[in-house]
Amino acid sequence: MASLTQFGNRLYTGESSFPFIPRRRTWFLVALGIVAICILGPILRGGFEFGIEFRGGSEFRVTGVEQVDEQVAADAVTSVLGAQQVPNVAQIGQDGLRVQTEQLSDSDTVEIRDALASALGVESNEITSSFVGPSWGQDITRQALTGLIVFIVLVAIVMALYFRTWKMSVAALSSLAFDLIVTAGIYGIVGFEVTPAAVIGFLTILGYSLYDTVVVFDKVREQTAPGTSGTYADNINLAVNQTLVRSINTSVIAILPTASILFIGSFLLGAGTLRDISLALLIGTLVGTWSTLFVAAPVYAQLRMGEDIAEARAKRPSERGAVV
Amino acid sequence: MARARARTGRALIWLVVIGAVFAALNWASIANGGGWSPRLALDLEGGTQVILTPQLQEGQQVTDEQLDQAVQIIRDRVDASGVSESEITTQGGQNIVVAIPGEVDDATMDRLQSSARMEFRPVLTVAAALTPEEIAANQAAQEATPPVDDPAAPEPADASDLAWITPTLQASYDTFDCAVLQDPERGEQPLDEPLVTCSEDGTARYILGPVEVEGSDISDASAGQATTSTGAPTGEFEVRLQFDSAGSDAFEEVTNRITSLESPRNQFGVVLDGAVIIAPASNAVITNGEASITGGFSQETASSLADQLKFGSLPIGFEVQSEETIAATLGESQLQAGIIAGLIGLLLVIVYSVFQYRALALVTIASLAIAGGLTYLVITWLSSAEDYRLSLAGVTGLIIAIGTIADSFIVYFERVRDELRDGRAITSAVEAGWKRAFRTILASDAINFLAAIVLYLVAVGNVRGFAFTLGITTIIDLIVVALFTHPMLQLLTRTRFFSSGHPMSGLDPNALGAVYRGRAKFRDPVAAGRGATSSREAQRRQSIAERKASASTEQER
Repeated sequence: MASLTQFGNRLYTGESSFPFIPRRRTWFLVALGIVAICILGPILRGGFEFGIEFRGGSEFRVTGVEQVDEQVAADAVTSVLGAQQVPNVAQIGQDGLRVQTEQLSDSDTVEIRDALASALGVESNEITSSFVGPSWGQDITRQALTGLIVFIVLVAIVMALYFRTWKMSVAALSSLAFDLIVTAGIYGIVGFEVTPAAVIGFLTILGYSLYDTVVVFDKVREQTAPGTSGTYADNINLAVNQTLVRSINTSVIAILPTASILFIGSFLLGAGTLRDISLALLIGTLVGTWSTLFVAAPVYAQLRMGEDIAEARAKRPSERGAVV
Repeated sequence: MARARARTGRALIWLVVIGAVFAALNWASIANGGGWSPRLALDLEGGTQVILTPQLQEGQQVTDEQLDQAVQIIRDRVDASGVSESEITTQGGQNIVVAIPGEVDDATMDRLQSSARMEFRPVLTVAAALTPEEIAANQAAQEATPPVDDPAAPEPADASDLAWITPTLQASYDTFDCAVLQDPERGEQPLDEPLVTCSEDGTARYILGPVEVEGSDISDASAGQATTSTGAPTGEFEVRLQFDSAGSDAFEEVTNRITSLESPRNQFGVVLDGAVIIAPASNAVITNGEASITGGFSQETASSLADQLKFGSLPIGFEVQSEETIAATLGESQLQAGIIAGLIGLLLVIVYSVFQYRALALVTIASLAIAGGLTYLVITWLSSAEDYRLSLAGVTGLIIAIGTIADSFIVYFERVRDELRDGRAITSAVEAGWKRAFRTILASDAINFLAAIVLYLVAVGNVRGFAFTLGITTIIDLIVVALFTHPMLQLLTRTRFFSSGHPMSGLDPNALGAVYRGRAKFRDPVAAGRGATSSREAQRRQSIAERKASASTEQER
């Protein structure tokens, strides 16, 4: 691993560098291609699969069960609907079970009722079925979206103030948009059910992605501060390369726990909260690291095309002393 | 040097103090049912499922809008009592199912189902409640001579006009049984007509004029200790109301009219769900739209009422159809798997950082352990203080958050290495690296914290729980990196092992390709005897600035 340190040394001096900025047209094309796939993919597949927490579904109430076993009830449901439809099963009171599935046709309802009755050893008439509304209703979605929009507006302002240029805000937000589109797109293409846990994972990515971009941009700000020599394109490229070892280390460290949760979550336990949240996070971390390097920095360089650092210094001489 | 050492010591003392404070808070919370482990959310621990069914008159239907609105109001009320991540759904197009972790006490139950319709009506007359014998006697008298309304009677001029009290109304007042208020079938009373009702405790009877100010005119409500005009607490709890502009105007008009009237018509009846909770006399014209209600509230009832008024009244009344325990939907096995997976992940993180940072990884591991410990203490304390509950998603989020906390250390270490590469001596490289790294860490944490605050304030339900977790871990990140990681590194660089840049220290200037500039404090790169590095000796003897310059001229060519 010492080689990564050596690699870091060469990146730091600019002795070797990865062409993030010089080849930015290529990276833009790659990014646009990925975005196109991630928008078209889910559409071709027929949209996202929302869980019953979002859409509501059917609910069965079984009472008078002598031996309450959630697994038996879950197996009875999957025997009718197939293994992809994992129901929510919960014990209610002493001898009751609540089974929630996605919304069912009348014939499926009857079949599941019979399957549950024979599996749990109760009469069919001890099972009631009804329709349940979404627990993650429109109001939660609306409030979450409002929060998101308020946050993005605030973050754009805060970054513009901190970095003293709106161009960095625009670049950071474009990479955020890339992350969100790609993560959602992969979710839609793979066809995993969108559950509240996945949405929480999605929001975590939002934080991670911006965090990652700010760390790299802080280095860019330093390397392009008034008073430094060179052009924007060269200095941005140097800054990104200088933080490359950090970017690699950070994403490895963020990915290790996520991957281990995803591995254990999906191979040992099957579908469930663990798989949903860790998948969203794993994709998001990878995409977030990628987009900082290949979207945010090149976009910023593009916005700075035709400007040079010396001019910026001439325009804002007062800032010279303030920069460390 | 001595000053630096004192500063290092102070930072570590602060850390110990913070840890001790949270440990003490936890210890203190045991008396109030807290403990040393965090409480778990609905999915992991189960709780209570309450099914609320609407109270409908014959032939009345619940519309979807009413149900949605009711769900939203109930969710707001539940959220207002903490961040417990309750689950609220509808069932069969008319019931509302509320699942709450743990036991549900009476106060919470009341919070859920009371429709909280508040009205302000002027008092027309007041008397003591009637005994059943008096009611029987008055009824007999009325049957003998039935009340007859005068068709030529003048229309009431305003809400305080005694002309509202017609013989029929007087008759029903004379036979009014306060027990009627307890009947859930009583339903809503018309707003534009006078109301015969009782005080909440059933001791006084009132005839009130039509509604002058409605609960929907309240823009905000809060609960707190009532104070005297000098600001000393009276020991009584009050609900403070703030009216919107329509409410303020109406309030001003009413107080303006009734203040000069004789008792009891100078009183103002505050009616909640049909019963008078208090009927204070108005002694001044209220123009600022602020009012406060005292009336034998406890702290819980005051804050519960304030929440109900703030989030609005339910469009329909609900009653509890059933209340049952509900078991965890995710078994113990899921939580265990999550924790085991997280531990394996963290172990991998440790292995990786040892490879990358050698002895420095010890600082990472200790910092992570401290961050983990602090997080645990804070979460456990918030469990009892804020009713914070950990769901499986929350546990996963925390494990991953602790992983990203490691990024602050990486940013810091890489900055120190950059300074070493520039040829600084180790102690000054640590200080200079810290100055730059802390600025970066502060900026990026500020963004995360902003996300946490905005989502916490705006969002509801699970998202709110997530925001809470994010906020906590962000602050802990800052605390640990500033009060532990940095002071630790300062201490370590004073040891020979680190200050001499031992190859295993992770801060070896030679491995980092540092430039020997004569006055630097580390050994000559050649003396380190690393074959691979000595071949580049000539190049390294260039200053970093020279190398950057030559690199950029090469690129330009």
